Amino acid sequence: MTDKPETKFEPVIIGFTCNWCSYRAADMAGTARMKYAPNVRLTRLMCSGRLDPTFVFKAFAGGADAVLVSGCHPGDCHYINQNYKAMRRFHLMKRVLVQMGIEPGRLKLLWASAAEGAMFAREVNSFVEEVRALGPLNWNSNHVHTADHVMSVVAEGHEHEAEVAA
Amino acid sequence: MDKKDEKEKIGVYVCHCGTNIAGVINVEEVSTWAAENLKDQGVVISREYKFMCSSLGQELIQKDIKELGLTRVVVAACSPHLHEKTFRNACKGAGLNPYLCELVSIREQDSWVHTDKVAATEKAKAIISGGVSRVVYHEALEPLHVPIHPATLVVGGGIAGIQAALEIADAGFPVYLVEREPSIGGHMAQFDKTFPTLDCSACILTPKMVDAGNHPNITLLTYSEVEKVDGYVGSFVATIRKRARSLREADCTGCGICWEKCPKKVVDDVFEAGMGNRKAIYVPFPQAVPKYPVIDRVNCTYYIKGTCKACEKFCPTNCIDFAQQDEILTVEVGNVILATGWDLFDTRRITQYGYGRLPNVFTSLEFERMSNSAGPTGGNVVLRDGKTEPKVVGIVHCVGSRDKNYNEYCSSICCMQSLKFAHLVKEKTGAEVYNFYIDIRTPAKGYEEFYHRLLEEGTHFIRGKVAEISDATRLPSEEGKLVIQVEDTLTGNQLRVPVDMAILSAGLEPRHDSKALAKLFGISCSADGWLIERHPKLDPIATMTDGIYIAGCVQGPKDIPASVAQGAAAAARVMGKIQQKEIALEPVRATIHEEQCSGCRICNNLCPFNAILFHEDRMVSEVNPALCQGCGTCVAGCPAGAITGTGFSNEQILSQINGLLLLNVPKKQAVAA
Ligand SMILES: Cc1cc2nc3c(=O)[nH]c(=O)nc-3n(C[C@H](O)[C@H](O)[C@H](O)COP(=O)(O)OP(=O)(O)OC[C@H]3O[C@@H](n4cnc5c(N)ncnc54)[C@H](O)[C@@H]3O)c2cc1C
Ligand code: SF4
Ligand code: SF4
Ligand code: SF4
Ligand code: FES
Repeated sequence: MTDKPETKFEPVIIGFTCNWCSYRAADMAGTARMKYAPNVRLTRLMCSGRLDPTFVFKAFAGGADAVLVSGCHPGDCHYINQNYKAMRRFHLMKRVLVQMGIEPGRLKLLWASAAEGAMFAREVNSFVEEVRALGPLNWNSNHVHTADHVMSVVAEGHEHEAEVAA
Repeated sequence: MDKKDEKEKIGVYVCHCGTNIAGVINVEEVSTWAAENLKDQGVVISREYKFMCSSLGQELIQKDIKELGLTRVVVAACSPHLHEKTFRNACKGAGLNPYLCELVSIREQDSWVHTDKVAATEKAKAIISGGVSRVVYHEALEPLHVPIHPATLVVGGGIAGIQAALEIADAGFPVYLVEREPSIGGHMAQFDKTFPTLDCSACILTPKMVDAGNHPNITLLTYSEVEKVDGYVGSFVATIRKRARSLREADCTGCGICWEKCPKKVVDDVFEAGMGNRKAIYVPFPQAVPKYPVIDRVNCTYYIKGTCKACEKFCPTNCIDFAQQDEILTVEVGNVILATGWDLFDTRRITQYGYGRLPNVFTSLEFERMSNSAGPTGGNVVLRDGKTEPKVVGIVHCVGSRDKNYNEYCSSICCMQSLKFAHLVKEKTGAEVYNFYIDIRTPAKGYEEFYHRLLEEGTHFIRGKVAEISDATRLPSEEGKLVIQVEDTLTGNQLRVPVDMAILSAGLEPRHDSKALAKLFGISCSADGWLIERHPKLDPIATMTDGIYIAGCVQGPKDIPASVAQGAAAAARVMGKIQQKEIALEPVRATIHEEQCSGCRICNNLCPFNAILFHEDRMVSEVNPALCQGCGTCVAGCPAGAITGTGFSNEQILSQINGLLLLNVPKKQAVAA
């Protein structure tokens, strides 16, 4: 990580919530007047399954320092099991972020039920702190240039397949 | 992203919500900022007002729509879950398609959760900018109209479910009442007397059970369970397994000869709470509805050994059918009421109270059966030996409730139930009764009076949480007794109270399978397992899923009057829906553009509702809008970008992201420089 700005860095975080649980968790945090950091701006989707990875990359490209993806707890998705699909995409996206030279810690997945306003507020706060520690998104300086490093990142968890000659 | 050719005329309305918003966010500044800085996006007017949702606030918007020819409206106020409908209707009233209105939550997501006024004001600007950018891509939509099937499915035939079923049936609409046990009645059927009036439970419950059983509009499906639910409000399809009773109901007269002759005795763990026996062919209790018995195949000698058939031999109408199969029924209903009630806390979990180890420690349900004149002891309050009357009885409150180790919540009925027991013990045996309580909670009508009556009857009240019940005696006076060890927190004394009988007032718990039930019907339950209502104060009857209602203890612990009230309320809601004949659904649906579809079939497996069909002939996929629920997963998954999601299109969301970040672009560059 390179030089940090003098003043306290206020990250901008784009959050995606599903209509049924996590958006209502945010509503609940509001109704109960629980305080959390003002750094997250939410977008409502019907379900976390609607999350097209393009949205996440668009947010980063547009200047977000981090992205929060949230949905109902596994098993509680209003559309039966679509959050499992979101979870799969989430892990894929993390992988892609690494390949793009963005710290994977800038993408967070949060399951929140409609009753978990307090948890939502707490998790937002801790995410803001984590991103603050990472500093502003600084794509160029993070970019990994060595081919070996890229390969090692791409192959992580797929060591066996990576052995196979191309 | 492609810019739209024609510019929209957007109005922005920022609400103060009294001081709810304006106390934290500088509303004037936000409004002026939007007017000046969101011109490029199409904002032609931006206003702020004390209460946008008031009729004057709504008229403000309507006037602008008419006079300025607004084509889009953004209201920055509270959560869309609260007032989206209000503002959509306001737009509709002024001739603007309601779906061209977007609500931005600057209250729940901003002023209520942030304290830094500057940051909150900046955030308000950003999220309004997001809303403005999004609304540009909104489309004029029409709600989908679906007819409401007039039939209702009620699951659970306890007092709450019975009440709901009767109300709807009396209004002339068909009801399927599904009950898991062989008879309806639920827990109330097990009780002898009900607090606070001490009227006989059977006397008030049986007529309702009979009504439900005979009602021409009620199809009673006992010994049955719902296995699958498809569809949505207005047209659910439920698959119900009607377990084989092993007899032809049409021929059975309920004469009772079969269970009299059946040689196989079985301990009845359900209705008699393990205190009494039944036969292998049985009705749970004499007033059971329906009156037909069932053969419990696990215990029936014929199913075990292949011989016996005593019931068949003696049945005067020859209706026993050992080969009968389970029946699978599918029923179509417009609405569902869930009323599956509660399970008793398993007192064995608190080992220091000795239940299961010390014979004269009883659970509350055991005591209910014991004090019931139709129960296993004929209504005599006696020790486990079946004959000795107790001289001293201890009743322990809050067993498994208000306890971080078990359930944190108060089960709300056990104080009253303990008082009821204290009265019954005294009345039946004249024994000394000790109530061990943490707090006495008697908040409903007539309850405090009942407590005073008990005080006057000479029942002893000791305030303290019981530490242990044991048979280890120290003093001669404790010989042969159970000793209840407790600290009296009013005097600070450690007490050892010798009793003959201890009754554990166990708490109410969600049904052991409540999570599975919630999943089956696509609704949520709390971490404890109680089903979650739509709003804890304003809508404790509906759930987040349209067309599914909850009544009775399935929603949380409550007494009979509250269960009945909630059952009736759920029925009223359902009848309101049925009367509408059709319902407007959000037109949030996915559409596949055939010309872009490559026929890869990736989307086919993404849909949990099987809404996507594949045309083999044309090699393209198509969404069935009647089945699509609009989650949007297929939209996100299509590699060809051939699917659009109405109301949540890629353009809308990507544009909103742009808008949310509008403010940051220069700031970012400054940091980078
Ligand atoms: C010991 C004791 C004494 C009490 N005494 C009183 C009293 O005197 N006065 C008072 O007001 N309250 C009393 N209560 C509270 C009272 O029991 C409840 O208020 C009442 O039972 C709630 O009714 P219900 O219909 O919600 O649930 P339940 O009575 O539990 O009925 C639910 C029904 O649903 C069925 N069911 C469950 N799961 C399924 C499924 N998956 N499919 C189909 N059917 C299913 C069950 O078999 C049952 O018939 C007492 C409680 C206890 C523990
Ligand atoms: S003997 Fe036959 S008719 Fe009588 S209750 Fe039993 S099954 Fe029904
Ligand atoms: S995923 Fe897209 S391209 Fe593939 S079948 Fe479905 S609609 Fe057609
Ligand atoms: S949006 Fe797609 S995946 Fe979701 S319910 Fe509709 S067709 Fe199925
Ligand atoms: S609806 Fe919340 S994750 Fe699917």
